[in-house]
Amino acid sequence: MAETEWEPKIVAFCCNWCSYGGADTAGMGRFQQPASTRVIRVMCSGRIDPLHVFNAFLEGADAVLVTGCHLGDCHYVNGNEKTEVRYQFLEEMLQELGLESDRLHLNWISASEGERFANFIRDVTAKVKELGPSPLKPAGVS
Amino acid sequence: MSKLVGAVAVAGGGIAGIQSAIDLANSGLKVYLIEKGTSIGGKMAQLDKTFPTLDCSMCTLSPKLAEVSRHPNIELLTYSEITGIEGEAGDFTVKVKKKATYVDQDKCTACEICVSKCPAKVPNEYNEDQGVRKAIYLAFPQAVPRVFTIDAQHCLYLTKGKCGNCAKFCENDAINYEDKDEEVEINVGSVILSPGFTPFDASQLEQFRLDHPNVITSLQFERQLSSSGPYEGHVTLADGSHPNRIAWIQCVGSRSPEIGRGNCSSVCCMYATKEAMVAMEHDSELETTIFNIDVRAFGKGFEEFYQKAKNEKGIRFIRSRPSGVEVDPLTNQLSLKYEVEGDGINQEEFDMVVLSIGLTPSESSKQLAEISNVEIDDLGFIQTRIDSPMETSRPGIFVCGAVQAPKDIPDTVADASGAASKASSLLASERGTLITEKEYPPEKAIGDDIRTGVVVCRCGINIGSIVDVPDVVEYVKTLPGVAFAKEEVYACSSDSLEGISDMVREHDLNRVVVASCTPRTHEPLFQETLMEAGLNPYLFELANIREHCSWVHQKEKEKATKKAKDIIRMSTARVNLTQPLYTDKVEFNKDALVLGGGVAGMTAAIDIADKGFHVTLVEKGPELGGLLRTYTTLQDGRRTEDIIEPMIQKVVSHDTITVFTDTELVEQEGAVGNFTGKLKGIDVDEEIVFGVAVIATGANELKPDGYFSYGEYSNIVTQSELEQMMDTGVDAKNVVFIQCAGGRNDDRPYCSRACCTVAMKNAIQLKESDPGRNVYILYRDIRTFGKWEELYTKARELGVVFMRYTEDQEPEVTDRTVSVIDFLLGMNFEIDYDLLVLSAPMVTPETNETLAPLFKVPLDANKFFLEAHIKLRPVEFATDGVFLCGTAQAPKLVDEAVSQASAAASRATTILSKDYLETIGNISVVDPELCIGCGRCTLVCPFNAPELKEIVVETEEIIYTTKKSEINATVCKGCGSCAAECPTGAITPRHFTGPQIMAVIKAYVEGI
Repeated sequence: MAETEWEPKIVAFCCNWCSYGGADTAGMGRFQQPASTRVIRVMCSGRIDPLHVFNAFLEGADAVLVTGCHLGDCHYVNGNEKTEVRYQFLEEMLQELGLESDRLHLNWISASEGERFANFIRDVTAKVKELGPSPLKPAGVS
Repeated sequence: MSKLVGAVAVAGGGIAGIQSAIDLANSGLKVYLIEKGTSIGGKMAQLDKTFPTLDCSMCTLSPKLAEVSRHPNIELLTYSEITGIEGEAGDFTVKVKKKATYVDQDKCTACEICVSKCPAKVPNEYNEDQGVRKAIYLAFPQAVPRVFTIDAQHCLYLTKGKCGNCAKFCENDAINYEDKDEEVEINVGSVILSPGFTPFDASQLEQFRLDHPNVITSLQFERQLSSSGPYEGHVTLADGSHPNRIAWIQCVGSRSPEIGRGNCSSVCCMYATKEAMVAMEHDSELETTIFNIDVRAFGKGFEEFYQKAKNEKGIRFIRSRPSGVEVDPLTNQLSLKYEVEGDGINQEEFDMVVLSIGLTPSESSKQLAEISNVEIDDLGFIQTRIDSPMETSRPGIFVCGAVQAPKDIPDTVADASGAASKASSLLASERGTLITEKEYPPEKAIGDDIRTGVVVCRCGINIGSIVDVPDVVEYVKTLPGVAFAKEEVYACSSDSLEGISDMVREHDLNRVVVASCTPRTHEPLFQETLMEAGLNPYLFELANIREHCSWVHQKEKEKATKKAKDIIRMSTARVNLTQPLYTDKVEFNKDALVLGGGVAGMTAAIDIADKGFHVTLVEKGPELGGLLRTYTTLQDGRRTEDIIEPMIQKVVSHDTITVFTDTELVEQEGAVGNFTGKLKGIDVDEEIVFGVAVIATGANELKPDGYFSYGEYSNIVTQSELEQMMDTGVDAKNVVFIQCAGGRNDDRPYCSRACCTVAMKNAIQLKESDPGRNVYILYRDIRTFGKWEELYTKARELGVVFMRYTEDQEPEVTDRTVSVIDFLLGMNFEIDYDLLVLSAPMVTPETNETLAPLFKVPLDANKFFLEAHIKLRPVEFATDGVFLCGTAQAPKLVDEAVSQASAAASRATTILSKDYLETIGNISVVDPELCIGCGRCTLVCPFNAPELKEIVVETEEIIYTTKKSEINATVCKGCGSCAAECPTGAITPRHFTGPQIMAVIKAYVEGI
């Protein structure tokens, strides 16, 4: 095994009711996944401010995942619909900044979709590993 | 009644019992929830998705499971059965047998070591016997209570005295082979029966070949679709491959009088459609066919769902009922023989056949009916009446859900709240007498110094065998703010919880992080421990190093250890920025406003008033009675005035109901607990204040002008007009009914639910009053769901002629004849009629469009009011304190309107019976200095919590007025959507602040 294979740093914003539960279910089902991702829990994906996502990249994250309930399943009626709108704005902004599109993902994951969560982490990690460290990463951050 | 006891026993812990229990407990009554199985959740816990929205079933159910398990007023008796009910309404003694679980519930930490060591393999009931479980088991991963049980029938130690592994390996000494069944007696004022249904046993119909491995029941298929099911969500054949062609056969064990199951099961058409749709989402190449007699898409949004399935998703609906499943003796290939409408017999091969099994009364519901001495009907369901659908033949014993008739989840939930309402009316004077509130020591001041304590849990081997826990503890001690850190084998065991309290006191800690498992199950437990230690519960953070770490990196111990350190570092960064949060108690107005004086509105008013609250009942028209007044008879043979008049008497003579007729609500403002409004009418001009509102404004029968020559000839009438005529006798030899007249079309895509049943009732009456009369019913689908199927059967027996037409070839009407192409026979018929009766759909009153914006509540595409959640919140809006019921929500029959009305009353009572309205701690707040009054927060909030208020600003130079947003703390749910929308950063969700989120990101990315 290559001793110092680079592991990307991926921030996953998860909503309390669905995608965080999906990550839990991945655990309960023992769906193995790369150790590349750290989950930040919010009550609703609608809480995720585009500023938080920018901030994550500026601090040195290699990718950011915005996740929530499937459309129609939101515990707060329609928070995820607002997330979707804000996400489109985010995508455009990050493109302007020259960031590769594979560094930002939106995904709806229900609390029962453990395998989907694990597959998602696996796919994104593979893509980001190909891209290498984020160009926005400040000096000194690994 | 000599004595009243402020407690209720609820028998059956499916969604019905759960909803009843929650409503009652939140209305100040003590609840014993008694469940036969090891977990609550019922059939809903086995479902993958729910129709017609394809919501994840477990996701919507599990918050309710958690609420029950944590509720201080609900005592959960699982693995228990009722063995006797003595006494009378108000004072029953209920005997309960608690079966031995052989596991000490206080000692078990659900670490699962026992499961891995148990050698006994038992068919897994949760997966409908697909796959196996162990003899010591948890019913399903999200089970509540989360305690393991030994299945005594299959345990090697208990049956043969061998093995004993679970006791050997249990580190908490939780196994007790000497455990015995226990009899307990509880004293309650009322009993609610909610034992649900049993799926029809299709193996008794040998022709359907359930013995073939690729013929499965719909519930087995449901489990296959579920990602927690036997094949992780992949539909799988016996040889391990995946099917290309699947057929569903409807009405297996339903609409089959020959085997004593004459009823329709109400839900199968929709669940089959859902299952086909979800299966096709998994595999887009899949071909799906549903063999049916009629497609019974009668509920809200169902017809639209069916049309989408048929026209957009390509699901094939074939109107034929194969008599069985054929199996080729050589190749074992499955095939179905069926009749093609007007075109002979066809035979087709399928890879898998799913039997859509019906809902039948369970063995335990029969026993329960016997024990409680209540009447059952011919089909074995518990008998109730149309105007009192939750009341059994024995006073004080109520019923809800599928034990009363086959029904879907929203109808069950409405029933459940309705039954709770009846019990809580009976025991209104005893509210609050038997409930307890837990007392905590006063909170200590936390000061400015951050002193965080961290407990790292090994969870037996679950975390400890992957993550290097001692190394993590040493690392954690170096983190900013951490004053103390230690490890525990099981942080959640009762001695460890006491240890956390001691730790807080001994080390003078003011923040706590527990690094263990998911906050979704364990956060409330640890928060309670903090409160017992005198710390505010919001000064806590759970670092999830099990589900999110050790369990998903089992082969990468170093990386898992590093990740555990990261997760705890992120959690301490966050907890260091938390502040105590408090709930506020606000006094509020306890009057109710009910809009609409039909059966639904009157029932809601009576049910609320019976609990001692004042109700203002407002009716737009000149008299009470609503839509039902336009009809004259009910399906059970009674006259509509037999139920309307007593109801009106009750309303007008009730001490605490004030009635306004010819009156409308014209203004409305405020929020739950403090609504204000203005009533305007003939001689009425009044300001009112109220705490809750129920919208029961009803619907009307469409005047089907333009459809089938209605309005052109005097002998063409609607069903309600026919009923008025029948009072004086109908002089017509040939009567033709046309169903769906003006409904299920582009203008009104919905099914109006009630018309088929109403038509059957009227056809029977026409036939019975003159057997020589010819009655023809031209229909698209006959939708006499549930028990009303018996009317359809009876109409056929009486000689009513049924002819099916399609939407493309509607009947043509002249002044004396109807010509129709009968699809079944493929022939054109010309029928001379004396009277043509149109079954026109219910339509919404125009006032919906003024009322909806007044209350800031939504309407659906068909202009009916749109409830908060189609499955689990059928009688409330997302806006707190505003409820709906009856045909204002969707077309329905009288018993369903009554059930919903009682349900709305029950939901309203959960608010009105509180002493104060309590806010939640983690709400969002606005900084008026930063707010620019743009109002974007008011647009994104689905609960109407933020409101723009005009304020006067005085500076040294000028005085001016401006607008600032203010968030109503009693309404805010703390989702934080407004904060993400606010362009100036003026809004802070108090427990998920910007600085907290930023600190967590920084703590992660900066690394160790």
